[in-house]
Amino acid sequence: MSALLKVDDVTVSFDGFRALDHLTLTLEAGELRCLVGPNGAGKTTLQDVITGKTRPTSGKVHFDGRDITRLPEHVIVGLGVGRKFQRPTVFPGHTVFENLELSLHGSKAVTRNLFARLTAEERQAIDGTLDLIGLSDLRAKAAGLLSHGQKQWLEIGMLLVQQPKLLLVDEPVAGMTQAEIERTAEILASLAGKHTVVVVEHDMDFVRSIARTVTVLHEGRVLAEGPMKDVQADPQVIEVYLGA
Amino acid sequence: MAALGGFAQLSGDDVAHAVRALGESGDPRAIRVLKALRDAELYVDDASHVLIRDKNGAMVDALSGAPVPASGHAATINNEIRRVLDTLIARLELKSPDPDERLEAVGELARRSNEEDAPAMRDALEHEKVRSVRRALVSALAEGDLASEDPKRRLGAVEAIEEAGALGLAPKLAALTTAPAEPDPAVRAAASRTISSLHRKQIFVDGAADVLYGMSTGSILLLSALGLAITFGLMRVINMAHGELVMIGAYATYATQVFFHEHLPVHESLYLVAAVPVALVASMLVGALLEVAVIRFLYGRPLETLLATYGLSLLLIQIVRSIFGAQNVLVENPPWLSGGTELFEDVVIPYNRMAVVVFTAVVVAFVAFVLRGTPLGLRVRAVTQNRPMAACMGISTARVDTWTFALGCGVGGLGGVALSQLGNVGPELGQGVIVDSFLVVVLGGVGKIAGSVVAAFGLGILNKVLEPIAGAVLGKIVVLLAVILVIQKRPQGLFAPRGRSVEAV
Amino acid sequence: MTPALARLRAWLGPHLNTGIIAILCVIVSIVVPICNAVVPESSALHVPDFFVTVIGKLTCYAIVAVAMDLVWGYAGILSLCHALFFALGGYAMGMYLMRSIGKQGMYASDLPDFMVFLDWKELPWYWYGFDHFWFAALMALLVPGVIAYVFGFFAFRSRIGGVYFSIVTQALTFAAMLLFFRNATGFGGNNGLTDFKRILGYPLREPSTRAVLCALAGAGLALAYALCRAVVGSRAGRVLTAMRDVEPKVRFCGYDTVRYKLFAWTLSAVLCGFAGALYVPQVGIINPSEMQPSSSVEIAIWVAVGGRGTLAGAAIGALLVNGLKSWLTAAFPAAWLYVLGTLFVVVTLAMPGGIMQLIGMGPRAWNVLSRFRTPGVKVDASVVGSPSSAPPPAVTLVDDKASSASAGGAAGS
Repeated sequence: MSALLKVDDVTVSFDGFRALDHLTLTLEAGELRCLVGPNGAGKTTLQDVITGKTRPTSGKVHFDGRDITRLPEHVIVGLGVGRKFQRPTVFPGHTVFENLELSLHGSKAVTRNLFARLTAEERQAIDGTLDLIGLSDLRAKAAGLLSHGQKQWLEIGMLLVQQPKLLLVDEPVAGMTQAEIERTAEILASLAGKHTVVVVEHDMDFVRSIARTVTVLHEGRVLAEGPMKDVQADPQVIEVYLGA
Repeated sequence: MAALGGFAQLSGDDVAHAVRALGESGDPRAIRVLKALRDAELYVDDASHVLIRDKNGAMVDALSGAPVPASGHAATINNEIRRVLDTLIARLELKSPDPDERLEAVGELARRSNEEDAPAMRDALEHEKVRSVRRALVSALAEGDLASEDPKRRLGAVEAIEEAGALGLAPKLAALTTAPAEPDPAVRAAASRTISSLHRKQIFVDGAADVLYGMSTGSILLLSALGLAITFGLMRVINMAHGELVMIGAYATYATQVFFHEHLPVHESLYLVAAVPVALVASMLVGALLEVAVIRFLYGRPLETLLATYGLSLLLIQIVRSIFGAQNVLVENPPWLSGGTELFEDVVIPYNRMAVVVFTAVVVAFVAFVLRGTPLGLRVRAVTQNRPMAACMGISTARVDTWTFALGCGVGGLGGVALSQLGNVGPELGQGVIVDSFLVVVLGGVGKIAGSVVAAFGLGILNKVLEPIAGAVLGKIVVLLAVILVIQKRPQGLFAPRGRSVEAV
Repeated sequence: MTPALARLRAWLGPHLNTGIIAILCVIVSIVVPICNAVVPESSALHVPDFFVTVIGKLTCYAIVAVAMDLVWGYAGILSLCHALFFALGGYAMGMYLMRSIGKQGMYASDLPDFMVFLDWKELPWYWYGFDHFWFAALMALLVPGVIAYVFGFFAFRSRIGGVYFSIVTQALTFAAMLLFFRNATGFGGNNGLTDFKRILGYPLREPSTRAVLCALAGAGLALAYALCRAVVGSRAGRVLTAMRDVEPKVRFCGYDTVRYKLFAWTLSAVLCGFAGALYVPQVGIINPSEMQPSSSVEIAIWVAVGGRGTLAGAAIGALLVNGLKSWLTAAFPAAWLYVLGTLFVVVTLAMPGGIMQLIGMGPRAWNVLSRFRTPGVKVDASVVGSPSSAPPPAVTLVDDKASSASAGGAAGS
């Protein structure tokens, strides 16, 4: 397997404060990676850099063999990077179905979408995703009226119909009930293999339940990386998490 | 002072004679008498005593200065006497102890450019110590010499002009650079050299004046924008009625002036001092009213506040129109703000503009103090940064909102006080202010008071500098385009801090 | 609401809207001209000449309102330079009308009167071509379109959005107005262009010409509505509304938001130019006061009164507000500003969905969106484009618990 994503020596500074400090990270295709770290460790900034929302002060990001460091967000999405935000973000005024329609993999040009009609395949893809995220019955409901958990799933569904190669998922279970958490774990686990997934999460039980490899960030650097039990035993990690 | 007797006569010749005699007498009291004659305040009573009517209409004896009850008939005066009088008064004033009076006298003599006055001026130049008066004397003399037959005197005059840096004489020198008008090549060369030296100085003078005038226009802009920086920057309310609060401040000044004029005429010159709190309170009250009645319901919806406050601005304009009329009203500078002072040579700063700049500095300091150093400011910052948390801490966010909005409006009203001293006061005043003020806030970076200060002065000065080059309208357009371009580069304004991106949605 | 019912409503909404516009357009382009030209004056159904012009004028405003609704109601861009685009279209048509006066002006010169008055000897280069109707018509669409495209490109690219965009467009309008006020700019200074005689050879004074122009305005409204309806009904239209609600998310769905905004904004500007070109022959004058910043804000209030995001509502709002204005400024001149000012306040405070919502025809998304707009609560969705100076959301208690639990777990193993 070759590296799908290479974050190479990336630094991001905001007015002297270094959010990322010469960070290097490599992801293999098909991997499910968990990113953990205390607040301010640089998890969100790292995602911002990968998705083109923030331009790094120095360093390079390669995705699928291509330099994406300076590309705008929508181009990076087009290359196959999907992102789920921490707080669920869906289009509140659109129906669940329309939310998925807007996220479909395909041309995003204005002229194409002025005359676009859903093909049978696309309709099928949406229906399949609706089943997977369990929102089939709510397809005509305005997304703004969904519950918190439903919004989280809808957002994951929106990522799925995008057919990204790499999925960045930020705190997918924050604020969820235990039942919802288990369902989410199932959905994410079913993705591994087909997609490369990066999950940012605080909930260690959840991380343990899905992750094979864990990367710990601290103050903009990689503190430790490896299988969950090795990382948990790392004295540096313990120190950071206990704040001693 | 025997010559005074002449004024008792009805014949113009006798009076003229008396005037000349008085002019040459060297008596220090002469000038007062001559001025009184010029201003038609000189009277003669039945006993041929010469009397002067003072400002309040009371008669005093011209010699002793003692009050006299009697009244008499006005002294005779005709045009010929008037001509003589002005020159004589000016010559006498050359010896006045007050440098301003001497300066005025030189100006008067230079205007008349009479060859006969030259000796008196040369005489005065020898004793003169004050630099500005010396320069005036030198250039007045040189101007006379420029017309002289003697090339040496002309050359001397040109050199004196260069030394004195007399900008007003540049056009006259221009005539001396061409051959038929000026036969002597040495004078021609000196004249061209002097012209270019004067030109350099002119550029400096214009630049300095532009900067200083720009600072005063920038100050007004700043006061108006500072209020916006509070309502827009801290509260995210697009207050399109802000210009109208500036207008209310200006009308409050006008109303104070009218009140003083009618009820306290003795202290009329102090109306401006009273106008500051009046305008502040008036605009704060209106602002608080707007907040409680309308804006309170629109927080978090900036585009809606834009529309609603635009409607409020129309209402305020129409209300002011129906109270004060659609015409502009006249707000006068109090006497202590009339006139000006010479900051550098030839750069005169009117007192009203200086006062505006100083006033602005005080207000900015006041606002900074309120926001940083008072309990209200602490609450304002808490509420604007994290409203739910502030509410949890027991802060009445609604009341803080009202106060903050009223404060922003009050600062705008103070801008109105300043504006009333420089420009016209009319119902549409606010409409002219608002576009520029918003540009300042956007350019300076929302929520950054320091940014607003730099942006306001920058725009004010840029406007003034561009005006002579491109004309007022094109200059304004260039400024607007420049702002749009700057926002291209720094969408968050010039001084907005960069920071970690907040969650995208 | 069951899915079937929701779907029915979703289908019905636009069709009812279209029905309203269809009725309006039939009235304006068929009923009114016929009642003016064919029905005898003695009949109660006769429409007087001046009324035809008023209706035609209001219809042009309605086109502008529909164009404004496309960018504001659907794409969430509150433009304050639509009056400028309208005036530019008007000026382009006005220049043709000026040229077709020929030598019948006051000075019997080949040049427009104001140029003779300014002692100009020849036509400025930018007046070339306006002798031809087709050229003027093309410019009426092209000039606003190109200006909107170029300006929009720079503004959207640097992500000037929300109120910032409004402020900057207002400044642009202001600058343009100052420019047109100058005599030296060559568009007649503050008098503007006026004293037109004929259009395509037909005298403008003739009631029949005016009736035809009114009919054309009605057809223009139908055309503008049809275009906008097609756009908002397409997937691109759904992208526009999605952008209005949560712009960053649209980018993360892979859409180049700059292009979508540019498309809607430029189309809207072109429609405004179109309306301006229809407007000027009817009212017989165009001057810089048409492009006052306040005019643009007024356009927004027409749309708000009718109801944002419905298209038909915008047209209705424009007709109602301007009809009211025509009547009040004649009957009670001093009252008009009070009424207009109150309208602004009342509409934004009490009826954010406008008339269309009052009659139950507001956009279906409205109820959902209004949940996000409770007073006193700042909603990020509505401040998209605002600077990121606000601190990141505070740590929630859940997060703290999670991390301390995990720390405990890490330490324990």
